[in-house]
Amino acid sequence: MNRSKFDFAVGLFVALGLLAMVFMALKVGNLASFDNGTGYALEAHFDNIGGLKVRAPVKSAGVVVGRVEAVGLDPETYEAVVRFRIYPAYRFSKDTIASILTSGLLGEQYVGLESGGDPVYLGNGDRLGKTQSAMILEKLISQFLFSKAAETPAKVP
Amino acid sequence: MIGKIFNFFAGIGSFFTIRIDRLGLSSRFTVSLLLVLWVAIRRTGLIIRELYFSGVRSLLIIAVSGLFVGMVLAVQGYEVLQRYGSTESLGVIVALSLVRELGPVVTALLFAGRASSAVTAEIGLMRATEQLAAMDMMAVDPLSRVIAPRFIAAIVSMPLLAAIFTTAGIFGAWIIGVQLIGIDDGAFWSQMQASVDVRMDVLGGLLKSVVFGTAVGLISVFEGYFAAPTAEGIASATTRTVVTSSLAVLLLDLVLTITMFRGLS
Amino acid sequence: MVLSQPTAMINLHGVRFSYADRTILNGIDLSVRKGEIVAVMGGSGGGKTTLLGLIAGRLKPVSGLVTVDGFDVPKLGKTELYRLRRRVGMLFQFGALFTDLNVYDNVAFPYREQTDLPEPLIRTLVLMKLEAVGLRGAHRLMPAELSGGMARRVALARAVALDPAIMLYDEPFTGLDPISVGIIGRLIKRLNQALGMTSIIVTHDLNETLRLADRVIVLAEGKVHRDMVPEEIRDTNDPFIRQFADGLPDGPVPFHYPGKDYLTELLGQ
Repeated sequence: MNRSKFDFAVGLFVALGLLAMVFMALKVGNLASFDNGTGYALEAHFDNIGGLKVRAPVKSAGVVVGRVEAVGLDPETYEAVVRFRIYPAYRFSKDTIASILTSGLLGEQYVGLESGGDPVYLGNGDRLGKTQSAMILEKLISQFLFSKAAETPAKVP
Repeated sequence: MIGKIFNFFAGIGSFFTIRIDRLGLSSRFTVSLLLVLWVAIRRTGLIIRELYFSGVRSLLIIAVSGLFVGMVLAVQGYEVLQRYGSTESLGVIVALSLVRELGPVVTALLFAGRASSAVTAEIGLMRATEQLAAMDMMAVDPLSRVIAPRFIAAIVSMPLLAAIFTTAGIFGAWIIGVQLIGIDDGAFWSQMQASVDVRMDVLGGLLKSVVFGTAVGLISVFEGYFAAPTAEGIASATTRTVVTSSLAVLLLDLVLTITMFRGLS
Repeated sequence: MVLSQPTAMINLHGVRFSYADRTILNGIDLSVRKGEIVAVMGGSGGGKTTLLGLIAGRLKPVSGLVTVDGFDVPKLGKTELYRLRRRVGMLFQFGALFTDLNVYDNVAFPYREQTDLPEPLIRTLVLMKLEAVGLRGAHRLMPAELSGGMARRVALARAVALDPAIMLYDEPFTGLDPISVGIIGRLIKRLNQALGMTSIIVTHDLNETLRLADRVIVLAEGKVHRDMVPEEIRDTNDPFIRQFADGLPDGPVPFHYPGKDYLTELLGQ
């Protein structure tokens, strides 16, 4: 029984396979910035969240600081309620503004956070006071048309 | 005339009863195999030997196929993406296609054709030459010593091979996309990393491989064990392994994909 | 014909066996005493191999009693059956050596699987067994490199590795050249005497039977046709045995496969 011949080849095979898996996890996937559920939760209400989805990133100055956890509708105010989780390393002031932005022109939507000057920081479960909803293309167009129509005075014969 | 009609229906009936008989047979076989798994798993020497013949010997075809599939994905993907000016997302579609689907599925199909068919033929031949009977007479359970190691080797090899296939594929896509076509290297990887989730995609894909490995492994040892001890018997058992395994993999892929990726949108 | 002897090693009583609606054995009564060499002869498909399968516990009889060394074989559970099988050796028709192991590993197999003996001791035992069959020098060869006779001798060494009490031989002489036949015949006799075994040989070979066997059992139509001493075969007037012994083409075992009348079939439509 040539045990040594098999052992070596199989050992190499398994090592190669595991290496490939590690590669997949690190270089291909997002393990490097793995969100393992720690961090604190924040809430924000928007008039319209556009195409924001669960697991969309939360960015500040372009850096990913968290993820959207849940999206719902407030049954009384009919506002969109977004709950997201911020990584423990980052702190935001109480007057932080949350906006829904689009990456690129037609890309996916994410939550952008702009910190303010308030010395008090947001804690777990706090709600952001100021928000800016997503820009809906249709509304922009109708706004533009409306303002154009307002500019032109009605002609009196 | 009546006789012919009768025979026709009897034929349909027996088609199903034979299949159901076989289903019962395979169920009993599976249970017996699972029962000896506890004992068989300790015989690492045997398992390593089978890992060599099923896994190591499949490395070349898996790696090369992965490379080519990745390259083709890059070419096709680029052709479509450039119409929308989103060629930087090439890494994303290649990676997701490979990690979620092509890696596990194509690996399983190739494995079924190369390694599993060999296992079926080997076991069938051992039965035909009375080697299994001889072992049984020497009070050594063939299920534990011959069948189980090959089954376990299939389950262990499959995710490893799928990972190698996927890695080779991404590398092939990188060669075509970044080196040859000229897509930005940084965008290729960063967009990929932003879109491929370790939990859902990578682990999901590997889970698929393990399921495929179990199915293919089971089918190959079953067909070999119950092959008729003749040349035609072994030949048809080998063909049945490849066909049944391929269909099983595709069916399981459908079921698993729906189950795992339902909540994405 | 003796029914059940208390000192019998192997005992079959009223054994019936059928397969796919065909009755192969139709009431077998058979006793083998310890130390005997019994030859089982009969036409092809007559149930000789089935007999070995029943004794070894690989087949279950439809009805009847099969006892080996006092154990009721069909009723044994898997563990008990395996324990019994350690004392029963079987030589398969073409050897059934494990093709992925070399000669040495084939003979070492029973030791490695059934005992906890250390490798150096196993080595001694394996080489001794191979020496007994005259193939010690071939221990590095693979089964594919052996001739038919050599393969069967290795299989014999493997079968007697654990010094079984009972040996079953399934057509050990079939397909071998006369020298190999002589070698195997002598080995069977010598092993039986040296190890105090009980042997059952299924065979067609009349000459070897006359040389080896203490008793000859002739099977016909699923029953024990005759149970006789080898010398009686030469002198008997029994037409079935005469046809067998003299190699006559036609007799109680017909030459023609049953079918339509010859002339009708040729001339008719």
